[in-house]
Amino acid sequence: MAKTDFEVPELHEYVDVPALEEGVMAHLSPFVAKPDHQEPLNFPGELVEDWHDKTLAKLDDLRSRYRSLQVYLDACVKCGSCTDKCHYYLGTKDPKNMPVGRQDLLRKVYRRYFTFAGKYFPKLVGAEDLTRETLDDWYSYYHQCSQCRRCSVFCPYGIDTAEISMAAREILDSIGYGQKYCNEIIAKVFKIGNNLGLPGPALADTLEGLEEDVFDETGIEVKYPLDVKGADILLVTPSADFFAEPHVDGLIGYGKVFHEAGVSWTMSSHASEAANFGMFIGSYENMRRVSMRVREAALELGVKRIVFGECGHAWRVAYSFLNTLAGPFDFLDPDYPVPQHICEFTNDLIEKGKLNFDKSANDHMTLTFHDSCNVARATRMGDKPGGQFEIPRAVIKAVCNNYVDMHHETIGEKTYCCGGGGGLLTDDLMEIRVKGALPRMTALKNAVEEQGVTHMAAICAICKSQFTKVLPYYGMTMDQIVSVHQLVSNAIVLTGQKTEDDESEEQEAEG
Amino acid sequence: MSTVYALLFIVATLVLVIGLARKIIQYAKTPAPLKIPTTPAPTTQAGVVMRLFREVVFFESLFKSTKWTWIFGWMFHMGLFLVLLRHVRYFIDPVWLPIQLIQPFGIYAGFAMVLGLAGLLVRRIFVDRVRYISAPSDYLWLLLLIVIGFSGLMMKFVAHTDVVMVKQFFHGLWTFSWGSLPMDFPLLVHLTLVVILMVLFPFSKLLHVPGVFFSPSRNQVDNPREKRHLAPWAKALEEQK
Repeated sequence: MAKTDFEVPELHEYVDVPALEEGVMAHLSPFVAKPDHQEPLNFPGELVEDWHDKTLAKLDDLRSRYRSLQVYLDACVKCGSCTDKCHYYLGTKDPKNMPVGRQDLLRKVYRRYFTFAGKYFPKLVGAEDLTRETLDDWYSYYHQCSQCRRCSVFCPYGIDTAEISMAAREILDSIGYGQKYCNEIIAKVFKIGNNLGLPGPALADTLEGLEEDVFDETGIEVKYPLDVKGADILLVTPSADFFAEPHVDGLIGYGKVFHEAGVSWTMSSHASEAANFGMFIGSYENMRRVSMRVREAALELGVKRIVFGECGHAWRVAYSFLNTLAGPFDFLDPDYPVPQHICEFTNDLIEKGKLNFDKSANDHMTLTFHDSCNVARATRMGDKPGGQFEIPRAVIKAVCNNYVDMHHETIGEKTYCCGGGGGLLTDDLMEIRVKGALPRMTALKNAVEEQGVTHMAAICAICKSQFTKVLPYYGMTMDQIVSVHQLVSNAIVLTGQKTEDDESEEQEAEG
Repeated sequence: MSTVYALLFIVATLVLVIGLARKIIQYAKTPAPLKIPTTPAPTTQAGVVMRLFREVVFFESLFKSTKWTWIFGWMFHMGLFLVLLRHVRYFIDPVWLPIQLIQPFGIYAGFAMVLGLAGLLVRRIFVDRVRYISAPSDYLWLLLLIVIGFSGLMMKFVAHTDVVMVKQFFHGLWTFSWGSLPMDFPLLVHLTLVVILMVLFPFSKLLHVPGVFFSPSRNQVDNPREKRHLAPWAKALEEQK
């Protein structure tokens, strides 16, 4: 068990909706961005002197550019439907972590300065002045939201707290009060090409290493190409896939699938990152700038298709926004959607019977699947609504004999966030990450105890990193989280590859 | 006195219509720069119409969430809807057949409406999470609607008002030739509060009524890979470079 200076919630059979305890999470804020992190994103280096007016001006600007923000600030009737839906509220009991409680931090200021009722009868409608303390409250609680959209499923008007928290972060950035974690990373993407700051030569080295590993394991020369001009497919994958566990096992899996598909593919050192933290900070401009790298790489390498690796929010930006931000992609093969998810790609091959599996390779595990929030509630896979739930499961079931779902209230569109999404995957926010994981950990633990689940698969780099860190807090082990394409990698039988059966037959023949 | 009420209703109607129109124009004009439907979402425009229909008529999302809030909220809104239809008879002559047919249901709807509102009020007071997010105005809206409903039921079941006179008054408003209103206390309370409601509507959380139709998470088609979705300001950004 990791050492903590906070109380780790106990797991029970159900997550009870807690009685609220005001202010218990007010102490938690992430590290503030330094000028070095702010300025490459075109934000002021530190809190500007006229922050009061700038804040209101930015709020006014955003509500005129985002219909979502304007409608969501107006439409809430305080029905309470969302109040017990956020994993951070369930894990912390702090009412400002209820979706509506979080929204109201901004809504109170909106009402005070931009509505008739709030200007003249602030007390009556709960409008409040903008003060320096307001900014701190925003900074604290808008960085305790993973923008997972679970609240928006249950809101009768579809009010999405993610939109509000993105707007709040955009406002904070614009007055020089940004978050170090996100902004430092975005600056790194601009400078080096990926979140982790891995330069091209390091990537090439890593990929070469993977090729050797796969050759040792299978006897087949599977390639992990970088910057190959004229390849058919550009793979854009989160940089954690290059070295973190269990991410890298997923990357090995993608390579094997491409190899078996017989397509030429490449990764790009220019766009060596699928993640786009520009979304987390609500900055259209920065999100667009990060997205343009993918377009530039596709043009430079002359590919025909773009496929994204396993990453939740990256798939949201890719599926929902990429065409808008960096399109049109009329220079790509029109027979394929732009972009495609690696699970769509693999599933197509499975349906066509082009991949051979030895499912018993995964028999030491009983799997369940964690629907990543952004994939579940902000994207799709395949042609039909809900494909984002079915396709990853279809892939897992094609390569594993033992699969069960967790409780139905905790998967699909009602899935609980891992607790580390939305720009919260940083050690300075460990308390909220651990507490926010409570509902998912509860569902997993129940599946472990009742259905014998041993491992949970995910298709998101953040989920994988978060669970690796958080599982031990709840008495489970970090290796219980696996990549979906790790399972594919385990089971896939490459053409010409000798399986264990072949080997034992050979041995018999020799003996 | 009747003239005062007539003027009040004319002003209230203008405020309501102009106020709402301004908000609707604002919502319609504000771009939605990104595709953000809460998925799984419909992939066609017809599917979106169905989704909004289920949302508006059955409160689909609320149903998924909290059954108590759903049942009280739905009773109130459906009750109010029928009651409003029933009230159409005060404004037109002859009364259309469908409006005639719903008259008996409209009476029960009045009870459903008040009961639903009472349930919502109890919930607002006793559930700690809902109490925490409630401003004074949230309670006052419920009380206002309860008193409107209650005073209406009073006139139906306890102290009858001369509805013929009421009809003459409201029907006459069309031609600015209103008669006189019966000076009954429940009626005057009823009408005063309705005027207040109409005037405050465009400045309050009652904007959820137009809002739900403009909510991007509910009204967008899930087709971002097929179609670009460029807002005018985003297009300008593109042309800069």
